[in-house]
Amino acid sequence: MWLFICTEILLFGGLFLLYSMYRYKHPQAFHAASLELNRFDGTLNTAILISSSLTVALAIHFLRQDRRRQAMGFLALTLLAGAAFLVVKGFEWAEKFRHGLFPNSLVLLARDKGQILYFGLYFMMTGLHALHVLIGLGVLSAVLILINRSRVTAGRPVLLENSGLYWHLVDIIWIFLFPLFYLIT
Amino acid sequence: MKGKANHGGAGPRTYLLVWAGLLALTAATVTVASLQIGRAAVGVALAIAAVKSTLVLLYFMHLRWEKRLLIKLAIPITLVTLAIFIGLTYTDVLRR
Repeated sequence: MWLFICTEILLFGGLFLLYSMYRYKHPQAFHAASLELNRFDGTLNTAILISSSLTVALAIHFLRQDRRRQAMGFLALTLLAGAAFLVVKGFEWAEKFRHGLFPNSLVLLARDKGQILYFGLYFMMTGLHALHVLIGLGVLSAVLILINRSRVTAGRPVLLENSGLYWHLVDIIWIFLFPLFYLIT
Repeated sequence: MKGKANHGGAGPRTYLLVWAGLLALTAATVTVASLQIGRAAVGVALAIAAVKSTLVLLYFMHLRWEKRLLIKLAIPITLVTLAIFIGLTYTDVLRR
C-alpha cells in the first residue's frame, strides 16, 4: 500500500511541477483566474475531507477494539462525507460550465494563455482528485459490506487499514490543491 | 501485526486533537490568503499545507508508531525524489 501511495505522490507531483512552472510564467493570469473560483466551496470541501479522514481513523480504531457497530458507523459517516465532497465539487464545476468555462470552450479560448493553462490544470487536477475520491468511496463501501459480513474483523483489519491509508492520501492531495488553486494572492 | 499497543498509540482523543489542529490550520491558510502579504504568500500556504500533511501522515496514517524502517522512510524518499525532479526542472525553467 505504501509503495502505491508513493507512486500516487509522484503522479500528482508531476502535475504540481507543471502547475508551478506555468504559475511562474503567468502569475497575473493565475491570480485573476483563481478569483473566479468559489473560495467558500473550496474551504467547505477542505473541512469535509479533513473530517472524513478523522472518521475513517476512528473506524479503524474501533474495529481493532472489536467494536464493530461503532466502526461501521464511522465508516458510513466517512462515505457520507466523501459523497458530500463530490456534490459540492459537482456544483462548483456546474457553475463553471454555466459560465462557459470548460476545457476548449469558446469563452475560455478567447482568454489569455495563462488563464487557459490555469483552467486546464484546474479541471485536470481537481478532476483526477475527484476520480480518486470516487474510487475511495467504492473501496470503502466494499469494506463496509465485508465488515458487515465479518470478513474484515478485529483480527483481520488490514483491508480497512489499507483503504484508510488510501483515503488519507486523497485528503493530503486536496490539502495541497486547495491553497494552490483557490488561494492565489 | 504485533498487537494493539504497537500499532497505534493513538486513541479518539488524539485523533480529535489532530482534527481540530487541521481545521485551525485551514482557517489560518484562508486568513493569510486574504491578507495582502505579496510574494511570501505562496511560501506560507505551502508551509501550512506541509504541516497539515505531516499531521495526517504521523497520526492518522500511524507513521509515528511505525516500526518498519522501509515504511518509515518511504515517504521521505519519495519526497526527495520529487524534490530532485523539481529542482532539476527549475535549473532549466529559471534560465530561459
